[in-house]
Amino acid sequence: MSLFLVKGAGVAGLAVAYELLRRGEDVDIVDFQDTVGQGASFFAGGMLAPYCEREAAEEVVLTLGLDAAEWWDKAVPGAVIRNGTLVVAQPRDLSDLTRFASRTTGHSWLGREDIATLEPSLAGRFDKALFFENEAHLDPRLALTGLAKAIGNLGGLFHLGWGPPPKKNYTAVLDCTGPAAIPHIPGLRGVRGEMLYLETSEVALSRPVRMLHPRHPIYVVPRDDHRFMVGATMIETDDDGPISARSLMELLNAAYALHPAFGEARVVETGVGIRPAFADNVPRVVETEEGLAIAGMHRHGFLLAPAMARKAATRLSNGAGLREEIIA
Amino acid sequence: MLTLYDTELSSRLLLGTARYPSPAVLSEAVKRSGAGIVTVSLRRETSGGKTGGAFFELIRELGVRILPNTAGCHSASEAVLTAKMAREVFGTNWIKLEVIGHHDSLQPDVFELVEAARVLTDEGFEVFPYTTDDLIVGEKLLVAGCRVLMPWCAPIGSAAGPRNPSALVAMRAAFPDIPLIVDAGLGRPSHAATVMELGYDAVLLNTAVAMAGDPPAMAEAFAKATDAGRLAYLAGMLEPRDMAVPSTPVIGKAVFS
Repeated sequence: MSLFLVKGAGVAGLAVAYELLRRGEDVDIVDFQDTVGQGASFFAGGMLAPYCEREAAEEVVLTLGLDAAEWWDKAVPGAVIRNGTLVVAQPRDLSDLTRFASRTTGHSWLGREDIATLEPSLAGRFDKALFFENEAHLDPRLALTGLAKAIGNLGGLFHLGWGPPPKKNYTAVLDCTGPAAIPHIPGLRGVRGEMLYLETSEVALSRPVRMLHPRHPIYVVPRDDHRFMVGATMIETDDDGPISARSLMELLNAAYALHPAFGEARVVETGVGIRPAFADNVPRVVETEEGLAIAGMHRHGFLLAPAMARKAATRLSNGAGLREEIIA
Repeated sequence: MLTLYDTELSSRLLLGTARYPSPAVLSEAVKRSGAGIVTVSLRRETSGGKTGGAFFELIRELGVRILPNTAGCHSASEAVLTAKMAREVFGTNWIKLEVIGHHDSLQPDVFELVEAARVLTDEGFEVFPYTTDDLIVGEKLLVAGCRVLMPWCAPIGSAAGPRNPSALVAMRAAFPDIPLIVDAGLGRPSHAATVMELGYDAVLLNTAVAMAGDPPAMAEAFAKATDAGRLAYLAGMLEPRDMAVPSTPVIGKAVFS
């Protein structure tokens, strides 16, 4: 049995801590925030949508993401909602829907009546939609709180908030610090994501809905208590300042186009997160001086953390030693 | 060779850098296209005045000339400000001037465009104006100091291809000595070949490559079509006629029909 230190209590850090504990190792987790999941994870959509992501992501994002829902379901029972994903487009953007269909698999075409059956709130609003039946979603905040609890139950120790880091003889350190690792890991850059939460009881959705648009595609992920997470921009900068007026307008405009009732919703929260990413937007387990880092999760934190955590934990836990960088 | 503001370029394809699946794919597409110039949007990768340092660094590493653009600007003053920011960030006097009249149609506001071109030329910029195929606007842009014109052939991102070839022909005829680059609306390599056959000097594209299933392969396809169109223009094409014309003499041959 070895003792590992995980730096960063976001989705990657908690996932790898859990995987190491499952393999019988001891784990300490440190983060300068007072609670878990306060970085980009806090603002994530929580879509477990490997088929949809394949539209713009490499094939490996699909293959590694396929069993994410199952992993989350086991680690945090009850967290995963398996209702699929609905993809729609405004009538004049129907060619974008056709394009999306041609770039992805695992979907079926729906007509007006099917859409109305699946999402009564969207009845009559769209003629066609793509339904990705085997996708799922979760509430990132609930999921990480649940995962932290599971880690505690397995004997993992949290050291949260500013304070002296525990001085122990660690076998290896896992850097899961997300954007904080950008200066230390070559090839890593920051991609800014802006999002907001709307609250309204006039719309009800059972699954994430993506609305395609040539300039401002959005997704709306339903949460408990009539809240909807609307995201997200992708801007090539590591500036984590408040959401810009332009982005806010674009997100709100798109949400309003999806359903006019969103125009009356309350904007209860806006948020900005920095997603660390490599040039191909694919995450990696990389070697560091102290051990390993899980880096470059880009917009696939909840989707790919399970696979990356397993990779890292397997390398550390079976004593195979550190090898060359593994491309996911 | 293509000469733009005294710079000689061997490629007649200019590539935009927005909307690729990843910077790695973008980089591969630029390489496969052989493009000597890439355009970069300052606004798109800006938040509250701070710009995308790491992304811009990736663009610089491509090793090709950078033509910053003012995409997303809706007035002359906004475009001038963005151009000045671009000069700071990229250390170039080149600017692709885009002043959008309406955020939905993305039609250029030619009045603001001419005004911005005049101001920027006075400030030492070398302006590449994104304009319509209107001849008078073209003339005013030249008076404002532009030495390149970049007309659309269809709305931005529409992939519709040349919608009004006669207007493009008229523009070529009206400005025989000015480099003309078709800037927007190209969807397929055959569109690029078509405008090059009309005598255009180069093409600029982004969406048609970035959103293709395999962007690097599509970049190469466009490069080949652009070259083919240029070569055909230089070679001199036959004018179409209504009747069949036999390619071998028929006189003296036995007629069996």
